[in-house]
Amino acid sequence: MLSARRVRAIARKEWIQLRRDRRSMLLAFGLPVLMLLFFGYAISWDVRDLRLALLDEDGGRRSRELVEAFEASGYFRVTEQLTAPSDVDPLLDHGRINAALLIPPGFTRDLAAGRPAPVQLLLDGADANTATIALNYAEAIVAGYSRRVLLRGAIMEPPVALDARVWYNPTLESRNMIVPGLIAVIMSIIAAMLTALTIAREWERGTMEQLASTPVHRLEVVFGKLIPYILIGIADVTMAVAAGILVFDVPLRGNLLLLAALTVLFLIGALGLGMFISAALRSQVLATQVAMVVTYLPALLLSGFLFDIDSMPAALRAVTYVIPARYYIDVTRGVFLKGVGLEALWVQALSMLLFAVGGLGLAAANFRKRIA
Amino acid sequence: MSAPARPRTWFADGWPRVRALLVKEWRQLFRDPKTKRVIFVSPVIQLLLFGYAVNTDVHDVATIVVDLDRTQPSRALQDALVAGGYFRIVEHAVDSRAITRALDHGTATVALEIPRGFAADLAAGRGAHVQLLVDGTNSNTGTVAQGYATRIVQRFGLQHAPGARPSGGVDLRARAWYNPALVSRVYNVPAVIGALLLLMSLLLTALAIVRERELGTLEQLMVSPLTPGELILGKTLPVALVAFIDLAIVCAVAILWFDVPFRGSIAVLLLASLLYILAALGLGLLISTVSRTQQEAFMGMFLLILPALILSGFLYPIQTMPAFFRALTFLNPVRWFLEIVRALFLKGAGFTDVWIQLLIIGVMAAAVLWLATWRFQRALRSL
Repeated sequence: MLSARRVRAIARKEWIQLRRDRRSMLLAFGLPVLMLLFFGYAISWDVRDLRLALLDEDGGRRSRELVEAFEASGYFRVTEQLTAPSDVDPLLDHGRINAALLIPPGFTRDLAAGRPAPVQLLLDGADANTATIALNYAEAIVAGYSRRVLLRGAIMEPPVALDARVWYNPTLESRNMIVPGLIAVIMSIIAAMLTALTIAREWERGTMEQLASTPVHRLEVVFGKLIPYILIGIADVTMAVAAGILVFDVPLRGNLLLLAALTVLFLIGALGLGMFISAALRSQVLATQVAMVVTYLPALLLSGFLFDIDSMPAALRAVTYVIPARYYIDVTRGVFLKGVGLEALWVQALSMLLFAVGGLGLAAANFRKRIA
Repeated sequence: MSAPARPRTWFADGWPRVRALLVKEWRQLFRDPKTKRVIFVSPVIQLLLFGYAVNTDVHDVATIVVDLDRTQPSRALQDALVAGGYFRIVEHAVDSRAITRALDHGTATVALEIPRGFAADLAAGRGAHVQLLVDGTNSNTGTVAQGYATRIVQRFGLQHAPGARPSGGVDLRARAWYNPALVSRVYNVPAVIGALLLLMSLLLTALAIVRERELGTLEQLMVSPLTPGELILGKTLPVALVAFIDLAIVCAVAILWFDVPFRGSIAVLLLASLLYILAALGLGLLISTVSRTQQEAFMGMFLLILPALILSGFLYPIQTMPAFFRALTFLNPVRWFLEIVRALFLKGAGFTDVWIQLLIIGVMAAAVLWLATWRFQRALRSL
């Protein structure tokens, strides 16, 4: 039967070993800080201050008003004044502007006469995302201005008014999306990388035979080895959550206890996965690399961290269901931004429970086979 | 990398030594089936992964509709919403409370609520109202989806407004250059080349040298008549060759599979890749001088690649970074290489368009290689 004393003994041994391994400690506490710093501060998808080149061939009152409307929106900043349409090419080619607004002669006159007054917007479509957002903003600005001109004086409402409201992240700040997701990415990497070493190290140093000759049960080894890493993982999450709230001002609307409980569940699965890799490969170098590939890339790309799962092709969308980080990201965002509880997250909780049991089971099964 | 400074006689004495080392390295590289997989299969997998997953195009947004009006115009509005392919209706509900549940559970990203009396208001010209609720958790999807919905509803309103419409107004004619359909893939896939070349060159160089150190065979190489410069040449040349093979594979997949247009000059692509690979090889050498074990080399690589990719404009735009991080990107060779690659693929650039970036990468490569060679020689002497 499992003995708590033996589990504790293994845990203590692992803890001492871990504490002395400077590289593991650096990984456990340095990497999260580095990632929070770079992802939290450097990355932003909030499109503001788009560089706009202006060719105003009209020079009338209306064209000046339209340009003012662009600048007043805060999304565009006129950085270049052009004198000929041919000036646009080199600016776009060298990426010095995001868009160019061309107002032809006769703009003011056409508007006054009630004729459609065309203006041209040329976008650098290379970066499709920025261009799409810029186009949306420009359309909204032009439509708004157009309405103001047409309806000046008359109080008339647009035929259909859209009352749009954004929930959970009303200002649509990308930081609010990134920081909670980042917690899941960091935990995926750290958990698997740390434990990837633990069993392979015993093999490489020849201490596996010693461990095998003791009366310790394989489950006791797995549990004992798990405990110190869970503690480190909890310390990391606490650090990341505190940074999210205090440094990055991400609102925390849900229940911290729920987040903690589900975090432990996720950690057990991720640590189990790392241990499984370690036991199966028996080499620290290989285990680290495999752990990196099977956790980092999927957590970054297939978890919905930055890239929407809905927009992926069906085959790839199917793959995301076996990426545990996908569920954990739903949990961190659900608790941070949506303030929802288990009633909305029970599917995710169940999936992570499955993953935890599976990870531990795989680790234990692989461990025994080799020892026997 | 230039040959070590041994005029005239070097080709007679040195070259056979280097050639022997090259043959050994090449064999070692390809004897291991695992390495073969890393070199040839993993770039394709990563390219497919990045090509399909890294997608900032917003379409098929899961939408829940609560239509309390249930008239012909209210259904026409729903049709208009899904017509462009941007929205996909996943649920029709009869109760506003369903919206809260769908957004909370994440089963829908957008909710459209059409109140009772919508058709009547529209017909009477009273200004009909509809409500749009957007899940802002993913700020990018939220921003873009809101923009699309606004545009669609505005257009719908103009088409269905009764009576005399105000004529005239400003008519915006927008055109996107280089990428008229605004597909994000053609922007992201060429950039994967930069990430992969860096990864391959770093990994293979650093591990090749540190492995010899771990196995103790580096001493054997040192007692051979090879000079340090020849040793570096023999170690890095096979890696450079592999990097070029990877370049060809990745470009072929990008052009043939992902339909990314290549409009620029192939000669410039080769030149840029050469300079960039040299810089990456130098970084790999540098890592190998500070790590004693493959384990450490791997960690060092990860710590280098993480910021190098984040600050390159690879997945994350540089323009929106805070000034400090934007300044850091200037020191990053990946940033300059990506500018070249994207200009070549999308904008059809030639040498005159990207010579500044080429020059910068060239200078960086020279500096890194010089530093790496110097450190490497010192490390060897202290062996």
